[in-house]
Amino acid sequence: MSFDPVFTFGTIAAAALIGLGVSHAVDGSQSGAPVAVGELVVLAPGSFNHSQPGEFLKDNHPAPAPVLKETIDTPLEIMKFQVSATDYDRCVSDGACKAADSRRAGNVPATGVSFTDAQAYANWLSARTGETWRLPTDLEWAYAAGERFRADIEAGEGDPADPARRWLTQYRNEVALGRKSDPEPRAPGSFGLNSKGVADIAGNVWEWTSTCYAHATMSGGGIASSISNCGVHVVEGFHRTYMSNFIRDGKSGGCAVGTPPDNLGFRLVHDHGGFLQAAVRRLGLI
Amino acid sequence: MLTRREALLGSVLTAAAVATLGSAPVMAAAKDVAGLPREKVTLVAPPFVHAHDQVAKGGPKVVEFTMKIEEKPMDIDADGTQLNAMTYNGSIPGPLMVVHEGDYLELTLINPDTNTLAHNIDFHAATGALGGGGLTLVNPGEQVTLRFKATRPGTFVYHCAPGGAMIPWHVVSGMSGAVMVLPRDGLKDDKGKPVHYDRIYYIGENDFYIPRDEQGKFKKYDSAGDNYDDTVKVMRGLIPTHVVFNGKAGSLTGQNAMKAKVGETVLIVHSQANRDTRPHLIGGHGDFVWEGGKFANPPAKDMETWFIRGGSAGAALYTFRQPGVYAYVNHNLIEAVELGATAHFTVDGSWDDDLMMQVEPPKAIAS
Ligand SMILES: [Cu+2]
Repeated sequence: MSFDPVFTFGTIAAAALIGLGVSHAVDGSQSGAPVAVGELVVLAPGSFNHSQPGEFLKDNHPAPAPVLKETIDTPLEIMKFQVSATDYDRCVSDGACKAADSRRAGNVPATGVSFTDAQAYANWLSARTGETWRLPTDLEWAYAAGERFRADIEAGEGDPADPARRWLTQYRNEVALGRKSDPEPRAPGSFGLNSKGVADIAGNVWEWTSTCYAHATMSGGGIASSISNCGVHVVEGFHRTYMSNFIRDGKSGGCAVGTPPDNLGFRLVHDHGGFLQAAVRRLGLI
Repeated sequence: MLTRREALLGSVLTAAAVATLGSAPVMAAAKDVAGLPREKVTLVAPPFVHAHDQVAKGGPKVVEFTMKIEEKPMDIDADGTQLNAMTYNGSIPGPLMVVHEGDYLELTLINPDTNTLAHNIDFHAATGALGGGGLTLVNPGEQVTLRFKATRPGTFVYHCAPGGAMIPWHVVSGMSGAVMVLPRDGLKDDKGKPVHYDRIYYIGENDFYIPRDEQGKFKKYDSAGDNYDDTVKVMRGLIPTHVVFNGKAGSLTGQNAMKAKVGETVLIVHSQANRDTRPHLIGGHGDFVWEGGKFANPPAKDMETWFIRGGSAGAALYTFRQPGVYAYVNHNLIEAVELGATAHFTVDGSWDDDLMMQVEPPKAIAS
């Protein structure tokens, strides 16, 4: 069975819907400036091999993430650029988003935002436009990232008798990437387009996804079971990492070695799914 | 490894989901250990310490402990100032675990799904894997078992270390405690002569950093995750709002003052996982003090004040010689009196005029 969080969370989703309510309270704040929605890229459905997010145990030992064939079965409409600071500030003025801890305002990506902030923005934008906007799943982000997708910094097969081997391998792999800190957000498009026409993938702004961190147990080539911690979500960029929902500064919340996320931002997916599916996704359950 | 571990500090919406994950990897070379006797110890909350032998009976064994991590709001002073506490076994500090040199300490660490964050444990007494932190990270809904060999006698801190910025935040939210590894033949004085204690108390000192609102009042937060941003700002100032023993100002005073009798020898184990401190027993001394906490070194004698480095635990042995009320403080007296780091001993027994007497009571100055 492939790792499909829809199944994993199917049961708690319903409860969460009731408990949390779906739409954000932006009603009554129709005063604001017109809502700008950036350019979208529409990606045709397709299949690809995807290195799964999370940590994996095989025979009770840490194992490399399995690479599974995954399919995007409907066209994926994703923002060409990351949500800008200007766009985010509209949500802040509407009282639906917390001011970002960003370094710069204006026509640069919104940075200094947590998963919770990104969710609030998606909910606000959905309410203001009457359409469904949500964070991409890890899978969707990888599909849109195309050749720029890197996944986790790998630690290899390792040696069941020697847990230190994987730690050293991963550490050295990360150091070998040699990425230098690059904290200053730049104008949209500064990092160019990938082969799919999506801008600024794997630049200096890492992006929140709606996929939860998970500990998974493998059997055969697949995932037998998994325990998710949805207090932590997958963050994508130059490499994949995992951050607590409340972290706004990737440096302080992030990697200990050489390549912490310079900034945390996000882009959204425009959803044509049914209401329930959209709501479930918006809650970060898939 | 840290890259991923960093992350695991979550909050909210924990999916208790689906089947269980396999238990933690059992690291091998276990064949010698398998034949050893095992002992299961039930931990008790500080300042008390579970029953233990000062001199080991028999050979090395595996000593099993279980701790449940509890995230919960706790009052840290008499005004009801609240910490979104993260605790080992429900107490600040976590319980003291006592084994002997050459024993194996085996801990099962449980992170119930009622918690919201991922935690682990870094034992300063252990060797490898970031003190065990690299092998013990548990999400809510998981448990893990770690075993390490107690190779060095002494008192050692343990604390949570789930990666990056989460490390100091979890520690100043309460997640630390101590291990005491006794020499198999017990403690010895500076000349190598055996010494014993009649009572043992474990004092964990904590520095807390509680954010204030615009009026200067301490803020309350619904959950730990909510306080993170504000708390980190206070932490970066390096000036604690509270410095307390056993999780709360006044927790070891009044009804809860520690007790002893004249002639009794008391071992005081004192840990500080984050910040330097300087314990002092007002009106008494440290007869034998292991400042660094490591029993292979001869103890210092006749200490007035001793120094516990942040990130370590020390031990002081003292035989009470006079009855009365003693204050045991962090002798930065601002921290002791204003910030909370004061404990009390009440000591019963007979007064010794030879050691001290009031020759003349206060009266008008003789002209
Ligand atoms: Cu912790």
